[in-house]
Amino acid sequence: MILSLFTAPENADAPAAAAEAAAPSVPLPPVETAHPWAMPTQASTFAESTDNLYLFITALDAFFFILIMAAMGYFMWKYRRRSKDQKTSSITHSGIIEFLWSAIPTALLLVIFVWAECDYVKQSVAPADALDVRITGQKWYWTVEYPKYPGVSLSSSTEEPALTLMVPKGKPVKVTMTSTDVIHSFYVPAFRIKKDAVPGRYTQAWFEATRVGEFNLFCTEYCGDFHSQMTGVVKVLEPEDFEAALKRAGVLEKGEGESMADYGQRIYKRRGCVACHSVDGKDGTGPTWQGLWDKTESMIDGSTAKVDDQYIKTSILEPNKQVVSGYAPQMPSYQGQLDDEQITAVIEYIKTL
Amino acid sequence: MADAHDTESNYLTATSGLKSWLFTLDHKRIGLMYLVGVLTFFLVGGIFALVLRTELLTPEGGDFISAVTYNKMFTLHGAVMVFLVIIPSVPGALGNFLLPLMVGAKDVAFPRLNLLSFWIYTLGSMFFLFTLAAGQLDTGWTFYTPYSNTSGTAVISATFGAFILGFSSILTGLNFIVTVHKMRAPGMTWNKMPLMVWAIYSTSVIQILATPVLAITLLLLIVERTLMVGIFDPAMGGDPVLYQHFFWFYSHPAVYIMILPGFGIESELIAVHSRKHIFGYKAIALSSVAIAIISFVVWGHHMFVSGQSEIAGIVFSFLTFAVAVPTAIKVFSWVATLYKGSIEFNTPMLYGLMFLFTFTIGGLTGIFLGALSVDVHLHDTYFVVAHFHYVMMGGTIIAFVGGIHHWWPKMFGVMYSEKWGKFAAVFIFVGFNMTFFNQFLLGQQGMPRRYWSYVPQFQQQHVLSTIGGYLLLIGFTIIAIYLVHSLRNGKKVGSNPWNAQSLEWTHTASPPIEHNFHGQPRVENDPYNFPEIDRTGSAHH
Repeated sequence: MILSLFTAPENADAPAAAAEAAAPSVPLPPVETAHPWAMPTQASTFAESTDNLYLFITALDAFFFILIMAAMGYFMWKYRRRSKDQKTSSITHSGIIEFLWSAIPTALLLVIFVWAECDYVKQSVAPADALDVRITGQKWYWTVEYPKYPGVSLSSSTEEPALTLMVPKGKPVKVTMTSTDVIHSFYVPAFRIKKDAVPGRYTQAWFEATRVGEFNLFCTEYCGDFHSQMTGVVKVLEPEDFEAALKRAGVLEKGEGESMADYGQRIYKRRGCVACHSVDGKDGTGPTWQGLWDKTESMIDGSTAKVDDQYIKTSILEPNKQVVSGYAPQMPSYQGQLDDEQITAVIEYIKTL
Repeated sequence: MADAHDTESNYLTATSGLKSWLFTLDHKRIGLMYLVGVLTFFLVGGIFALVLRTELLTPEGGDFISAVTYNKMFTLHGAVMVFLVIIPSVPGALGNFLLPLMVGAKDVAFPRLNLLSFWIYTLGSMFFLFTLAAGQLDTGWTFYTPYSNTSGTAVISATFGAFILGFSSILTGLNFIVTVHKMRAPGMTWNKMPLMVWAIYSTSVIQILATPVLAITLLLLIVERTLMVGIFDPAMGGDPVLYQHFFWFYSHPAVYIMILPGFGIESELIAVHSRKHIFGYKAIALSSVAIAIISFVVWGHHMFVSGQSEIAGIVFSFLTFAVAVPTAIKVFSWVATLYKGSIEFNTPMLYGLMFLFTFTIGGLTGIFLGALSVDVHLHDTYFVVAHFHYVMMGGTIIAFVGGIHHWWPKMFGVMYSEKWGKFAAVFIFVGFNMTFFNQFLLGQQGMPRRYWSYVPQFQQQHVLSTIGGYLLLIGFTIIAIYLVHSLRNGKKVGSNPWNAQSLEWTHTASPPIEHNFHGQPRVENDPYNFPEIDRTGSAHH
């Protein structure tokens, strides 16, 4: 822990109860660094090694910067022009000095290269027993699924940076990412990992969390209007609490006695609809849902359509088939992500608005 | 000797009227027109930057501009500064003015082609202005696919503008290479060229080899958007990462198109104002060439987290460290030049020294980003923003401003106010470091770049950055005022106020005559062989 000075104190306040994913306003974890010159909390097995190298480079840079500036400052003072005809040295080069100041940096850079390369290789190969997690980026939220736990799905949204990813402490987790629209990038500063989610291909990263708590998740590849709100929360749990908490938070099923409209509202929040469609009449990236039912919309191709069951269903599954004029065709398809009951619930919810 | 001609007409007064400028074949006038264009767009790009900084005063988005406007602003700031300011700044403006004078030629090799380059630059910038009028641009200056395939903004006119600007760059590079090879004055061997010439030469090589790749890439992007041919867009079977390879294959060498000319200016500033022979002439000259070559094989370091193969990442990281060494050699050589010199702290030299401070930080922080595992954490955070600005602004722009001050008396025959010059330099130094230094700290804490709103814990540092931005505005405003003021009221200077030894100072008046020199200058002297150098008792190399 040579970095203890540079790292923040423990993130002690991990809420005990598993948060309901759709709970209103889950705030971003407030403090991950103690002061501006600290690195974020170290919460993965990679963090310490990355930080050690960071510190090593910082120390080396500081040493050379001070050396260069001290030499410059000393020369500036010592050889300032005192008289107009002040004589200067005829020296033009020096083989030995030039060799040394080429060779020493080369050697030090090689050390840094090898160190960084070894850490990077470790980050590239996930252990075979890692927990498999699938992450999909779309404008402007993340969806997380667990092949081992069918039916479990978590997501973030722009209005409420909700619980996005839950992982057990002390177990390697392999994330396989893709995107349904443009390139996004999955970045958890506390884990020191980052990987682009690229449409049309899968990218992978892995980590092993070392600390229970909640940590920021940022999108770091510019992806359009609400790039800066494509944030989320990564929650690390004790392994014995993990499964139960994940199922509580991640299963999206109609509750006992819950009305279809209420279920639809939960889907609206949990599956990212809220990112683009308001329910209070405010204009968003997509049309508001307020007063949408039964309305006649005019499309960019000049046609008109009445908002009914079929129209909403088509809009969810093939969103860019008909696009309301004034909006860009950029909604991702929910094919395979919402089942018929869930689509019906969304329709029922829209009817109430 | 040139003072004898001061009464005759110079390149500014030889002919008059708008047409005499717009259709001039004189490299000096073309250089000045570039200068006006570059400085105008510097103002435009600077205003965009201040709008961004003002929005970032608070963590909540929207108290000054909307997210959509913010995204357009950072895109336009980047695109204008890169394509219309930094790339043409030193080669287009100062290079055009100085290169023929420095090598002792009457003009560049192809004066008409040179005018064409300028007109292409103007045409390209028209497309950018059109972009501003027609829905702007929100893709980031890198035009990453597939975002740029789907963006509803004026992507085609902007990319077409950049495509056109590329030709200006290519033709200028070609012109300069031929000029350096074929038109050096008798006696000016390669080892007697001023280092500014070496730097512009190396830059030109990159310009003609790399820019066509950008042109092809942007053309493919336009083809994809208009004809719906899948190249980069996965929705049509394309590969978005291929675009990144293409783009950075140009744009990383382009970073050196932007910085190498700054190195050239720095060598002149440090040597002339410390009255010392530049230390390690050959190392500085050849390191420019080395950088020009290695810069072609480091592009993948922009893509360590893009999903490119790990092996590629490792190779690119290694090569990136290789390009750091020649850069370090230059910095050491400049500092060593000060040793036993006679240093005058005039305005150009203040920028020369400021460059050593800011560029050294820029260079050293590049080491973090070249180191694979550390880059994974810092990639696309404010650390990159800070590093890039320390290199591009702390390097190229600071050198450019120093160069303008250094060659101002040559260009216009007048001297600006030293007092105001130094005063403004303090604003620039403090403002620059205040704006960008703490962005390294923001980055290490994980603040992503291109964010319109952010986590509240970063607010203090953002406020500090914004204040620094305003200080820069004050500094540049002062510079603009005293430079313009000096045109009418500045003290007239002789041909060689700095007592420099290169041909543009020793063999022609200030401002130079229309055809640069009376007769063909002959070079006997080394450009850094100053009269103050003490030759008694030591062998001259």
